[in-house]
Amino acid sequence: MRHNEAEQMSEDDGRQQSPPSDLEFTSNKARNCIATGSGSGHPELQSQYPDQVLENVLENVLHFLISRQDRNAASLVCKAWYRVEALTRSELFIGNCYSVAPGRATARFTRVRALHLKGKPRFADFNLMPLNWGAHFNPWVLAMAKAYPWLEKVYLKRMFVTDYDLGTLAESFSGFKELVLVCCDGFGTSGLSIFVTKCRQLRVLDLIESEVTDDETDWISSFPDGESHLESLIFDCVECPINFDALERLVARSPSLKKLRLNRYVSIGQLYRLLTRAPQLTHLGTGSFSPSEVAGQADQEPDYATAFAACRSLVCLSGFREIIPDYLHAIYPVCANLTSLNFSYANITAEQLKPIISNCPKLQVFWVLDSICDEGLQAVAATCKELRELRVFPVDAREDSDGPVSEVGLQAISEGCRKLQSILYFCQRMTNAAVVAMSENCPDLVVFRLCIMGRHRPDSVTGEPMDDGFGAIVMNCKKLTRLAVSGLLTDKAFDYIGKYGKLVRTLSVAFAGNSDMGLKYVLEGCPQLQKLEIRDSPFGDAALRSGLHHYYNMRFLWMSSCKLTHQGCREIARAMPRLVVEVIRSADEEEMDDLVQTLYMYRSLEGPRLDAPKFVTIL
Amino acid sequence: MERRVNYKNDVNLKATELRLGLPGSDEPERQVTPSIRNNKRTSSEISEKSRSKSSSGVTEVGNDDHHDSTAPPAKAQVIVGWPPIRSYRKSCLQTNENEVEGAGMYVKVSVDGAPYLRKIDLKVHRSYPELLEALENMFKLTIGAYSEREGYNGSDYAPTYEDKDGDWMLVGDVPWQMFISSCKRLRIIKGSEARGLGCI
Repeated sequence: MRHNEAEQMSEDDGRQQSPPSDLEFTSNKARNCIATGSGSGHPELQSQYPDQVLENVLENVLHFLISRQDRNAASLVCKAWYRVEALTRSELFIGNCYSVAPGRATARFTRVRALHLKGKPRFADFNLMPLNWGAHFNPWVLAMAKAYPWLEKVYLKRMFVTDYDLGTLAESFSGFKELVLVCCDGFGTSGLSIFVTKCRQLRVLDLIESEVTDDETDWISSFPDGESHLESLIFDCVECPINFDALERLVARSPSLKKLRLNRYVSIGQLYRLLTRAPQLTHLGTGSFSPSEVAGQADQEPDYATAFAACRSLVCLSGFREIIPDYLHAIYPVCANLTSLNFSYANITAEQLKPIISNCPKLQVFWVLDSICDEGLQAVAATCKELRELRVFPVDAREDSDGPVSEVGLQAISEGCRKLQSILYFCQRMTNAAVVAMSENCPDLVVFRLCIMGRHRPDSVTGEPMDDGFGAIVMNCKKLTRLAVSGLLTDKAFDYIGKYGKLVRTLSVAFAGNSDMGLKYVLEGCPQLQKLEIRDSPFGDAALRSGLHHYYNMRFLWMSSCKLTHQGCREIARAMPRLVVEVIRSADEEEMDDLVQTLYMYRSLEGPRLDAPKFVTIL
Repeated sequence: MERRVNYKNDVNLKATELRLGLPGSDEPERQVTPSIRNNKRTSSEISEKSRSKSSSGVTEVGNDDHHDSTAPPAKAQVIVGWPPIRSYRKSCLQTNENEVEGAGMYVKVSVDGAPYLRKIDLKVHRSYPELLEALENMFKLTIGAYSEREGYNGSDYAPTYEDKDGDWMLVGDVPWQMFISSCKRLRIIKGSEARGLGCI
């Protein structure tokens, strides 16, 4: 990663102010330099032809580079390539908002149209991080307001976004088109209202698993009148009633609307009305899959199945909140074409699932609750031969609850769904045999996340640790990049991961391992490791030291309730000046001994951040 | 609160104790006071934690009050953030199971003098002290102690709630379960008004 400031701009400076048609402008120049016979940017030719010609050619070529990894590589070739790559990068991805300051990013990349920004680490989702830790969107939106007048798209994950930020976003970018907020918080319906009022070109507003304060503002009514450009409106996480009539009118005047995910304040009767207005939908999230009043008038109920049948393009279904299973038959007409089905908020049984799932042969993504039991999973395995991603969530998310799914379900899935690439499976009991079977039956696995909810729980049949099962996964699944482990695990499991998990980039560990060796195996063995999150495992300072050679290559390391001391963390901080080492303690608790409660460390070009709250100490 | 003071004294003694040995080597001793270091140890003595984001900091201390002088609770231990399910998903499923007309999960909370309302998830708290601490934290005010005779006499603020019948009641009078099933919204009134309620 280059640490230099953005190069001084050449005579290209003048072009930065032009509105979006610079590709035309440069292609004229490109034609000229092709005519004069220059090659595709060989540095030796620089002495013969002006820099500008070279850079124009480069610009045309680099324009086609999409992948940020490719672009990062291109920017390292030489200064000219660095400069031109920076000019042509239109989508900026920042995996950790604190790794670089907004000003530095806007100085280097001057023509960004889309920003993708991530903030808090994932364990913050599980209340392991006190509130107000940071990840403020505000400095970013202010910097971009000055630097990127042509900004069109913002994608934020785990950021703190205020109503003021939403207002700034809407006011600063006249061509703004897409806003996607995933796992964000800090704003409310009044912020949404301001945003949609001012954002006249809006195409996408996706609020996904975000926390939205109910300020009792009717934000749906704030969409401007007249034909809307909306293509996607997702608000299933917004926990407040909405003005349905306004929503209906909005849907009616949005001919391009393809994705609509409603919140649970929309009843099935209201859904019917929306479906009749928007049969072109491809992605639908139902609201509450039940009528708003007790259904006593059966003969007056609309024909839901017909409404669904009219939606011939529907490929993705979700929602089904507060489901009354009797209504499930309404979705039969669309099952045959479904590629994605999310039942993870629908508490249904195997018997209720079977008639649906047996009609979904094309299903590739399936999210479901464990209420369907092993039997339901067997039904999935029998039909869904194209399944790529499966997530099984627990209805009762406690350690000691009954476990309706087990190794039986996992085994069945592994035998039926051979093309599986990604699995997240919550259960109460598991065996090594089933995990091994999955490793052998599903060689395409890229993501394997198994959560045995009882801590330190061994193989339920043999009583052995789960080491061999996870070992088989890393050994046999050669494409594996993401792994989450659980159950009773010794250092041996980590030995396997270090030896065989050569492509692993993300690793989640909880209540596992015996000693420092466990962490050492991973830090020394996994060269692609980017994100490591560990909780409640007996890894200490010696283990932490063993990763010094690798921390600059990682996005972050999280370790909470392990055996780290302040001294140990301080050593790391001293040895690695470009690493920000944060020690976080719970808001009211004082550190009483030398053990560190939470360590969160990440590489950064900026040094310690200035917005750290009191409970964060940066070493 | 008294118990909190004791716990702090305990810790100061340990901190100033002169010992030989590396940090972390006194671990066995630490397990004697598990309820204090509740989110560091995975032993069975870990005390209960609230699942609410809005009170994660507060309820750790609150829980100390419940557990530090008792034997390990017989009921199931709840570890913060385990299993790793987002609280939104957890609360959605609870809502599904417990949907009763008017039953409060998220209820609005207004405070006299505050410019806007907040919302709080009642299901996430297990008792009045937890709820009151969460409210105190949310609005940065003190509510003080409840007594049957006097209500919240002497406090700056008093919590009231609107029940299913539309009446405004003082928080704390009825058993917790009855309260959460009948509470529709909360209103925190100024102490001067509260005195009127307490006298009834």
